[in-house]
Amino acid sequence: MTAAGAAGRRRPPHASFANVLSSEWTKIRTVPSTFWTLLAGALIIIGFSALWAWAFTASFDQLDRADRASISPTSPMQIAFYFGMVVFGVLGVLVISGEYGSGMIRASLTAMPRRAEYLAAKAVVVAGVVLVAGLVVSFASFFVSQPILMINHLDGSLGDRGVLRSVFGGGLFLALIAVMALGIGTIVRHTAGSIVTMFVILFVLGIVGGFLPGSWGRTLNQYLPSNAGSAILAPVRQSGSLAPWAGLGVFALYTAVVLLVAVVLFRSRDA
Amino acid sequence: MILARGLTKRYGHKTAVDRADFSVASGHVTGFLGPNGAGKSTTMRMILGLDRPTAGDVTVNGKHYRDLGAPLREVGALLEARAAQGGRTARNHLRCLARSNGIPDRRADEVLRLVGLEAVAGQQVRNFSLGMSQRLGIAGALLGDPPILMFDEPVNGLDPEGILWIRTLIRQLAAEGRTVFVSSHLMAEMALTADHLVVIGRGRILADTDMRDFIDTNATSHVLVRSPRLTDLVPLLSARGWRVDPEGRDAVRVHGTPPDAIGDLAADHGIRLHELAPVRPSLEEAFMRLTGDTVEYHAGTPGQPPIPPDVAAGGAA
Repeated sequence: MTAAGAAGRRRPPHASFANVLSSEWTKIRTVPSTFWTLLAGALIIIGFSALWAWAFTASFDQLDRADRASISPTSPMQIAFYFGMVVFGVLGVLVISGEYGSGMIRASLTAMPRRAEYLAAKAVVVAGVVLVAGLVVSFASFFVSQPILMINHLDGSLGDRGVLRSVFGGGLFLALIAVMALGIGTIVRHTAGSIVTMFVILFVLGIVGGFLPGSWGRTLNQYLPSNAGSAILAPVRQSGSLAPWAGLGVFALYTAVVLLVAVVLFRSRDA
Repeated sequence: MILARGLTKRYGHKTAVDRADFSVASGHVTGFLGPNGAGKSTTMRMILGLDRPTAGDVTVNGKHYRDLGAPLREVGALLEARAAQGGRTARNHLRCLARSNGIPDRRADEVLRLVGLEAVAGQQVRNFSLGMSQRLGIAGALLGDPPILMFDEPVNGLDPEGILWIRTLIRQLAAEGRTVFVSSHLMAEMALTADHLVVIGRGRILADTDMRDFIDTNATSHVLVRSPRLTDLVPLLSARGWRVDPEGRDAVRVHGTPPDAIGDLAADHGIRLHELAPVRPSLEEAFMRLTGDTVEYHAGTPGQPPIPPDVAAGGAA
């Protein structure tokens, strides 16, 4: 781009990346849906963590030795994430589909016509917001379940092997989900269609994968987006799943691919 | 200065804008006139870099829109009445746009005052009427205090008060030396506001000319004559070689002569006249003559205006 040199000589205020970031930050914090989506996601994940911690505790006497051994301090959280993570995807979708739905996208792109930069600014803001919110949710869901697990001595602490990584990784995973959802929202452009797509990718695929037969089925199942991503939530690598960082890395790769497709389509399509 | 050269947009087999050449000169109000579906909005979206031209090119001040450093400071645009997210307040909506171009937050309140929305600055946009949304859109266009303004059908759906407000605003913006490019299918509105005209029909530019010239070229003046003895008068008029068209039951339109000659002729023969009025050609008449063939959805009314041969030939494509 030749714009950099020309922009330097221009009147100082211009559509720089910092200004577009500031604009996107203003956008995300000035629509009520951001707060309500984050609140819903937090309630589901924290609430289900407590609920499953209680369920493990209540049914502890009926579990055999193997089942008991498979419960880790982050087990309730893992299950809760499975139900709640798609809500953080909804936030990522809304950041762009809300603009398409209202016609705001045309006002926005008239103010900032360099579309790759525009989408990058959205991705940074969404990732930042959901990372912070996701870390809070992840740590809260861990801490809320420990006192309940303690009843049967199933609890643990952040100092235990792999636990801090699991809880911290939970926040990272949610941020990646939101960025992937932003990409899907950009590709699909409709709120409902994007959310259904997110739901299929994060929820339905994971269930379908569980029914795949044979060793190829088990291998493929590990690489399905939600299964790969949630590997980070287990303190110790579980059988039938990728290693924690490898799993999150695979999910990050999917996110990058979706975002790349989104940028290409976003730049070539009419707004 | 907006300059379009061979600007073309096709959607599949349908050509929305067909090799359009036109310019919007600085410091004038240029009207962009055409029937519904003629390609006005598509052309405006291409100018703003929202739609990608299939062929050809359009520049703003010599640059492609996407290369403008701070677009809002160079061009302000109102494309559609509702272009704000419902959950956001009017002030925050404007701040979001302003910040992307490094425009300070207080400018949002300034433009809200300018369009008379300061009382509802803190209200969610979803509760706005069409007129209020339109004003908010105009506030957005004015954020960067740009020398060029583009309004797409700004008076559509507005009440008389809103229409008067927009008309006054456009005149005021032009008086400040700004370039205004305003599209409409409302002739009376155009005649009141525009100095220059770009006329489009079925995606083709039919005229790019001064308003006065456009009317003089495409419509003729005539004299309206009302008389109780038309049957006696008409043969006398025709005998002088003037064209006479009927106008209602007791009047005719006479072409090709000033009113005094008709008055004298009638007096010479003792024929009473109840009305003798020179009628200046209207923009509407000029426009209908030029675009009669290019209206996309005809209502199928009989007695359509005659079609100039050059337009008829071009419009067949």
